[in-house]
Amino acid sequence: MSEPTIVYVPGDAGAVSLGAERVASAIVTFAQSQGRRIEVIRNGSRGLYWLEPLVEVVTLEGRVAYGPVLPGAASELLAAGMLDGAPHELRLGNIEEHDWLGNQQRLTAARVGVVDPANIDDYIAHGGYVGLSTALTLPPAEIVKLITQSGLRGRGGAAFPTGIKWQTVHDQQAAQKYIACNADEGDSGTFSDRMLMEGDPFALIEGMTIAARAVGANRGYIYLRVEYPHAARALAKALAVARQRGYLGGNIRDSGFSFDISVRLGAGAYICGEETSMLESLEGRRGEVRVRPPLPAIKGLFGQPTVVNNVVTLATVPVVLAKGAQFYQDFGVGRSRGTIPLQMAGNVKRGGLVERAFGLTVNQLVYDYGGGSATGRPVRAVQIGGPLGAYLPESEFDTPLEYEALSAKNALLGHGGVVVFDDSVDMARMARYALEFCAVESCGKCTPCRIGSTRGVELVDRILSDSGSRSADLALLDELCDTLFNGSLCGLGGMTPFPVRSALKHFREDFAR
Amino acid sequence: MLEILHTVQHELGCVPPEAVAPIAAALNLSRAEVHGVVSFYHHFREATPGRYVVQLCRAEACQSMDARATESRARQLLGVDYGGTTRDGRVTLEAVYCLGNCACAPSMMVNGELHGRVTPERFAEIAAEWGVRS
Repeated sequence: MSEPTIVYVPGDAGAVSLGAERVASAIVTFAQSQGRRIEVIRNGSRGLYWLEPLVEVVTLEGRVAYGPVLPGAASELLAAGMLDGAPHELRLGNIEEHDWLGNQQRLTAARVGVVDPANIDDYIAHGGYVGLSTALTLPPAEIVKLITQSGLRGRGGAAFPTGIKWQTVHDQQAAQKYIACNADEGDSGTFSDRMLMEGDPFALIEGMTIAARAVGANRGYIYLRVEYPHAARALAKALAVARQRGYLGGNIRDSGFSFDISVRLGAGAYICGEETSMLESLEGRRGEVRVRPPLPAIKGLFGQPTVVNNVVTLATVPVVLAKGAQFYQDFGVGRSRGTIPLQMAGNVKRGGLVERAFGLTVNQLVYDYGGGSATGRPVRAVQIGGPLGAYLPESEFDTPLEYEALSAKNALLGHGGVVVFDDSVDMARMARYALEFCAVESCGKCTPCRIGSTRGVELVDRILSDSGSRSADLALLDELCDTLFNGSLCGLGGMTPFPVRSALKHFREDFAR
Repeated sequence: MLEILHTVQHELGCVPPEAVAPIAAALNLSRAEVHGVVSFYHHFREATPGRYVVQLCRAEACQSMDARATESRARQLLGVDYGGTTRDGRVTLEAVYCLGNCACAPSMMVNGELHGRVTPERFAEIAAEWGVRS
């Protein structure tokens, strides 16, 4: 009997949201009716979301992609000979030669969409666990040194140097230390954590294991947001396989080193993406932020030294160990070293995951990759870095997407999400929303955030209703932003002024309608 | 504690007020502490929801694709606001802030199943599958 034809149908949540499940079952049904043997692999997404569901068929000339294969198009495509790589207007050929993907520098997300996320052998065949093998031959302090030299900074948003954080935990004397992975990816416009966990979960597991080895931890937690059920399933599968194959648990790969990971689900609180709030939540309490110091690296989870890193940061660690600190450091500009998986979303023609060395400009991202707005109207603004990030007008689109250049513009890169808006956007309404969001998600511990956010919403309403005190109200809003910025305990209250002030600065006309 | 609450909600559809005392006793905490946790997290609800729990994303990326139009259509079709359940107990409407599907906005999750590009028309089509008539 001949070998089965291998067909990749993404199991990625985004692809599934566009009907990938129905496409997969249409393919299976068709193959059965033809008496043809196929093997359907549910891979992650390649990140070209306007082409999802993106189906790939393995043929003699390699993987041949078709997309978008929406449920309505599946039967026609199958009849046209998709399983043999036949020509069709939706045939894209080798997707890795597609400009959009070919022009990327994928290090962290290199395997996402390529491999079977549930298959550890596939992971290993694509360079997986080389980093851990290297790490197991090094003294822990050397691993920390490599991470420091690579210039890797926290990709969750705060951009704190990862090596320094690890060094602090490494230097603590404690019987118990923890690795806590922040997978509470709550920023609108971001989905790189989700794509990684769904498409290449072993990379995160390997990264956490290396971190544990480096700092002397034997217990890890992944704090996963409840809105990500697909990622939860992918992680559960991968963790079980890793344990079964000796990559987690006692005496990993006969090294004498033990480490294991559990997943803990969040419960729909944005604030739990803030690291101390996340630790409170992991301990089973309300997710109220803690006053720092002490730093989590010194007194973190259950009072013990804890590395808290984001998914992308941890999934990048194996790259540094496998290819060397210098290799990683050679990417990027200034103090932003390496690559960043940018996520382009919202009103954009070709949205998705663009991983490149730091330094790509907003223009290049939104127009060269994105192709402008989805609606075809002029692009008016982008919001970078989630709901607490600044809005930039088109006149600032030559800004490079790296930490320092953005902070010089009173903006931030955050977790790398870029949301595109066309000219129908009402920026006063977006400023009001930023304050409303802060009010909904405030943990309530500090006054500026708890009360200030609500007062801010009322102020914007008053400004928009033009009750005669507009200029005084605008000045008061500015003062309120000062209070939030300077007086809040954490980034939620402290950074809500970014979207509000940038809207006021660049789109003032929207407040005077 | 969150794990217990997740399990209770998974079984019962909510964390009813009667569940607070036994959880508190089991964890050696006060009822106030347990209630504090339940009420802190948006995900936990205290009343049984409808058969279909519809979570509409309200965040920026979805707004940029006119999620507000979908939101209006949903309210009008269901006759309820966020947090409300239709009178026949069929559908509960909830607001959610980002489902991580921002390149396929607007997004909606129904009983854990994710939907992308949910225009007002698409919402009406899906709602028809729950037996909600336009």
